[in-house]
Amino acid sequence: MAGVAGGNDFQWCFSQVKGAIDEDVAEADIISTVEFNYSGELLATGDKGGRVVIFQHEQESKSRPHLRGEYNVYSTFQSHEPEFDYLKSLEIEEKINKIRWLPQQNAAHFLLSTNDKTIKLWKISERDKRAEGYNLKDEDGRLRDPFRITSLRVPVLMPMDLMVEASPRRIFANAHTYHINSISVNSDHETYLSADDLRINLWHLEITDRSFNIVDIKPANMEELTEVITAAECHPHQCNVFVYSSSKGTIRLCDMRAAALCDRHSKFFEEPEDPSSRSFFSEIISSISDVKFSHSGRYMMTRDYLSVKVWDLNMENRPVETYQVHEYLRSKLCSLYENDCIFDKFECCWNGSDSAIMTGSYNNFFRMFDRNTRRDITLEASRESSKPRATLKPRKVSTGGKRKKDEISVDSLDFNKKILHTAWHPKDNVIAVAATNNLYIFQDKIN
Amino acid sequence: MEVNAEARRILAVSISKLYASRTQRGGLRLHRSLLVSLVMRSARDIYHASRESEAPGAPTPQEPMDSSPSSEEQKQLPPQEAEPAQTEPQCALSPAPQTAVEAEECACDSEITEDKENMSPAARQSRKRRSKASAAPDFLPSKRARLEPGEERYAAPLGSCRVGASCITSCLFPHNSACCASL
Repeated sequence: MAGVAGGNDFQWCFSQVKGAIDEDVAEADIISTVEFNYSGELLATGDKGGRVVIFQHEQESKSRPHLRGEYNVYSTFQSHEPEFDYLKSLEIEEKINKIRWLPQQNAAHFLLSTNDKTIKLWKISERDKRAEGYNLKDEDGRLRDPFRITSLRVPVLMPMDLMVEASPRRIFANAHTYHINSISVNSDHETYLSADDLRINLWHLEITDRSFNIVDIKPANMEELTEVITAAECHPHQCNVFVYSSSKGTIRLCDMRAAALCDRHSKFFEEPEDPSSRSFFSEIISSISDVKFSHSGRYMMTRDYLSVKVWDLNMENRPVETYQVHEYLRSKLCSLYENDCIFDKFECCWNGSDSAIMTGSYNNFFRMFDRNTRRDITLEASRESSKPRATLKPRKVSTGGKRKKDEISVDSLDFNKKILHTAWHPKDNVIAVAATNNLYIFQDKIN
Repeated sequence: MEVNAEARRILAVSISKLYASRTQRGGLRLHRSLLVSLVMRSARDIYHASRESEAPGAPTPQEPMDSSPSSEEQKQLPPQEAEPAQTEPQCALSPAPQTAVEAEECACDSEITEDKENMSPAARQSRKRRSKASAAPDFLPSKRARLEPGEERYAAPLGSCRVGASCITSCLFPHNSACCASL
């Protein structure tokens, strides 16, 4: 169970950090997505340069069974390359927007990775044996002289150094006019959906030349456009249900059994706006940047600029829980608009048991909320607290006039250090936090 | 008054963001452009409301604006008021890139114009021949289909424009269709 606050029984400590240390961060190295696979054995990251790096959890060593194993690099490959759309004279960025794993069905691992326009299915497989003793070839590959072959032998499989190969098995292209923001694998393990600003498509994993358009909110006259799709996800158990969030802060739940085109929602989730907090930027901060179902499928969580909300799927008129991530930024919205931070899209995630949620903030801070105890904690991903198994100290931002000793004032926050992408291991208390070009892995302290 | 100044500043910042987004890698981001245009609309509405409350008796103030850097963003306002003088495709396509491009170049204009002489350059554009200025914003290559003999060229519906063009225009002038439809 994940207790969140730093009580006597539970604390987070540093485990590993991946990535270069230099101050000068190459844009291509900025991590743009993080995702554990279903078992938590593999952890994938995608970056702005179109690369995917997969880490594998090593088994705990027999000599020190009380320590969790580490995540080490398992495979690295270039998933997407920059492209050019000649018709529109536009560059297509190679940045990986999302990675989603498929449930494992055989020895190989499969994942979907997407940039703005194209989704690819990658197969990652291991090769640790090699056939030796061919009849017609020498070990170095040269053809043997036929006159020298006097007997027949059966090639034998010999062990070799482990080689992990990644190969693209399917490429799903040319189905999105606008920029893809989400992909989600369906619980039937045969289909998946992809969403861009105005449309959502349903694909079959085996079929690349067709997809079904299931949501289309493009108005006949683009000048009447008032909202866009910001995220979409399939229900974890009901393969006919999915949700999508909008830039207006609303979520629509759709049932694919109702109609081929799910333009009419089955449920519509919206919290009435508080008129007293209206400002120039009310619309921007209510735009939802991420939506995630709980593992149970009973709840869903949405992230907007300042808060995280948990919704009960049975109640549409308001969320059941609201957590403030960094309310102290509400008075700074104008500056955040000028420096573009107000457009940052933070993600959020559940822990394995749905008892806690996590999301990122600025200054390399990330926040966790325990839904049962209602306690929250702010932690920092920094090189300073990167000693092995060092306990993370809770951080606090001072909002009032007086700043206490260990607190940091709002004006000292570094808005270039933002944690947009976090992931929680599906079973254990292990979290992966992407801080620009570094990936931090934290785990609970095993007492 | 302070709200007024803040609204003007936000308008200026928003226009520069829209202008900068045209050249960024990966193409125009629809979501971001929509959000910026919503902020601009709020700022513009508040600016208008505060000006009206300052001078409640003047229906069409003719006095020229001060020559201040922030008056450049008034470019956005004249095309709105001058709409009745233009045809629909014009006010949709030409003011947006025109105002963005000419924001730095032009001197101040009067805010609300009935006066042809002081019409914004964008509004004046309507008298120029359409083939050059109106078909597409200047940053997109012009691709017009070759006509078969006997075919006539007709105005393409706005919805079928390239994403880039229609996004900017739709983001900047979401009310255009309502204004022009009433003509």
